[in-house]
Amino acid sequence: MEFIQYFSEVFTPINLMILIFGTIGGLLLGATPGLSPTMAVALLIPFTFQMEPASSLIMLGAVYTSTVAGGAVSGILVNIPGAPANIATIMDGHPMARQGRAIEALHYCFISSLVGGVIGVLLLIFFTPPLAELALKFGPSELFWISIFGVTIIASLGGGSILKGLIAGGVGLWLSTIGYNPVLGEERFVFSEHLAGGIHVIAALIGLFAIPQVLSLVSSAGSPPGKGKLAELRSHSVLKSFSYNIRRVKALVTGTVVGSVIGIIPGAGGQIAGLVAYDQTRKMSKDPSAFGKGEPDGVIAAESANNAMVGPSLVPLLTLGIPGSPTAAVLLGGLLINGLFPGPDLFTVHGAVTWTFIDSLLVGQVFMMIFGLMIARYSVFVTRIPNHLMAAAVIVLAIFGTYSVQNSISDVVVMLVLGILMYYAARIGFSAAPLVLGLILGQLTETNFLQGRMIAGDEVWSYFLTGPINQIVIALCCLSIGYSIYNERKQIVKRRQEARA
Amino acid sequence: MNIMSRNRAGVLLGMALGLSMATSPALAEYPDRPISLTVAYGAGGATDFQARIVTMMSAKEDKKGNAVYLNGQPMVILNRPGAGGQVGWNRFVQRGKKDGYELAAYNVPHFIAQSIVFPGKVKYSVDNLEPIANWGADPAVLIVNKDSDFNSVQDVVDFARANPGKLTVSGAGLYVGHHIANLQFEKAAGIKTKYVPAGGGVKGMQFVLGGQTMAGFNNLSDAYRSRDRLKILGVADLQRSDFLPDVPTLKESGLEVDDSSVNFRGIMALKGTPDMALKVLAEKVPAMFNDKKVVKKMKAGGSPMRVLSREEVQAMWKERQAYLTELLKDLRKK
Repeated sequence: MEFIQYFSEVFTPINLMILIFGTIGGLLLGATPGLSPTMAVALLIPFTFQMEPASSLIMLGAVYTSTVAGGAVSGILVNIPGAPANIATIMDGHPMARQGRAIEALHYCFISSLVGGVIGVLLLIFFTPPLAELALKFGPSELFWISIFGVTIIASLGGGSILKGLIAGGVGLWLSTIGYNPVLGEERFVFSEHLAGGIHVIAALIGLFAIPQVLSLVSSAGSPPGKGKLAELRSHSVLKSFSYNIRRVKALVTGTVVGSVIGIIPGAGGQIAGLVAYDQTRKMSKDPSAFGKGEPDGVIAAESANNAMVGPSLVPLLTLGIPGSPTAAVLLGGLLINGLFPGPDLFTVHGAVTWTFIDSLLVGQVFMMIFGLMIARYSVFVTRIPNHLMAAAVIVLAIFGTYSVQNSISDVVVMLVLGILMYYAARIGFSAAPLVLGLILGQLTETNFLQGRMIAGDEVWSYFLTGPINQIVIALCCLSIGYSIYNERKQIVKRRQEARA
Repeated sequence: MNIMSRNRAGVLLGMALGLSMATSPALAEYPDRPISLTVAYGAGGATDFQARIVTMMSAKEDKKGNAVYLNGQPMVILNRPGAGGQVGWNRFVQRGKKDGYELAAYNVPHFIAQSIVFPGKVKYSVDNLEPIANWGADPAVLIVNKDSDFNSVQDVVDFARANPGKLTVSGAGLYVGHHIANLQFEKAAGIKTKYVPAGGGVKGMQFVLGGQTMAGFNNLSDAYRSRDRLKILGVADLQRSDFLPDVPTLKESGLEVDDSSVNFRGIMALKGTPDMALKVLAEKVPAMFNDKKVVKKMKAGGSPMRVLSREEVQAMWKERQAYLTELLKDLRKK
């Protein structure tokens, strides 16, 4: 219960101010496509040089928490996820916005983020030692199967046709192999100099989601605002959202559990947490067909998952120096620069700083929700922006966001080309989500397979197929595939019956 | 703004002339705008993290407002990660301007080894780059899990001899310091191991902590921080480290392994950069590295410093180039 005594540290005027500004800034940065949580935290590190250790960590922690949630804002309102972690959020978040329920969707997003986030941080506070042990058990073979599990979900994210989902996912997996082999360093599929560094996930994310959006905004530029974009925004009381949100126990629990578990696994990251939680919630729902058409449960599951991940991703970081997510990796730099070395010392010798930091994460979740709900109120202005101005603003953000990731004009070219291709692909029924996820999972699968293969040597089969975690995840993969086939058959039978009737 | 900077240049000019007649006026003019520093690794990694610290005092002014190091100009870090540094460094030599305003951070032996192993693909080498100064040196250490049966370098060698090709060793990547250390280790002990490039030093450490690999070569600084969960068996350097006085060098353990794998980090320019600029940088950059605040932050971050002058780095590069060409000659890819 040591953490309780340090709450007063969080509420000193200076720390409180840093926490509030960090949270608001993080929400805005997160809502900007291209400024992913990782980027935002990396950009802020130099500003912490002159700060007290506790204050600098409070700022980095606040930004980490709130950028993850902020990424949902642009996703829900304009169908452009702020970061890979928010892809699952837009599946139902944006359809809700189209029905004029944007404010409601944003309410669920921030309330669920709070629930997931707080539980995630509580896990960090109470279960760090056993969770750290668990984190170390995930080697290349385990991570390989987890990414395969992600692959089994891709196809069903297409919204409509499984076949188109599979094709898009396959193309995504292939795109991930462009550039250097992540382990052996050989170059593959580099047809143009622009592809020499491979396709960056953020460039693809922005291109595939933002550019088709811009093109369709332009094509409907003459029509009055609101038409073809978002229906007139309906206001929604926060209290009503609260009471509805809290009663969606199944979606909340699924999201939080999945997010926490995946957060602990070093290297899996938030993008998969949201995706898996979304998929599980849909599979367990009484009416899976409602998903993708504006089902609040989809938003609740995805957002509780990607914020639940934040706390547990710090477990291996704080105890072992192993970051659970790319953002946590940058946060490690923030710790080291303050002379805080991960390990047991962090909770004893440097306990004051560490516990203040962890407490600020808890308080930060509450601030994030409050400010998030305030932003939701003003989101009505976004819907009033005329289409041509919106298109211009999005294209500017897309180009700057992409360029800023690696200061590379090649990324911008890749982003634009992918985006234009996606615009036409979308017209024949393909969707962007399976493509981006293929790209993300492809890198994860390949790296871990190759490393596992090198470690295993002659014993490839036994290395990948034995061990309790491997077998559990393999079983999950089989269940996931089996369920998809069963469900698809059921749908076909149902359609036939309807056709006969 | 313009008048101010002209004034400042004037003051500096006067000071430079007043203090030393030998100092040319050009010294006061370069640099008159910010300098960019390409880091070929991602934001938050060890190289990026250290580069940000060692350049943070670049624009420092003393109490009277006079520039201390680089005319009050900041160094701006540009991250261009990819393929173990190849993307960033290739870009640097292909697109960079030779005006002294575009610099890059180097990692030795990484870039030299890459230029030897991938002669066609890699466009950079010691021949088209100019060292400015070195800020840090991090030797590779041989580590095993706390629960491992290995208690000495000899135990590891014995196991590898009895089980050829079975010993798994993790490291940050291919042709980086850890890989070079393992190649030297294999050669000196006459063994064959399975080297697993983990994709980052921290990941390599994780493989050892989690028991995914039996041993690993990793940065001394990172191993030192995790020393309560590891056994550090040997240091791939010529002398023992001040951080770990009880850990023998590999040489003391009877293996002919020198300091060729030590990870040197510093700043470089393109060949063809004006002599005037190189002269200013060679004089001011090491002083900037030795700034009290920089030294304090680096120490707090557990990053071992070794400031070397331009001449010393030139000699070090030359020596590494010769040695690595010999060591890697069988691995050359055409």
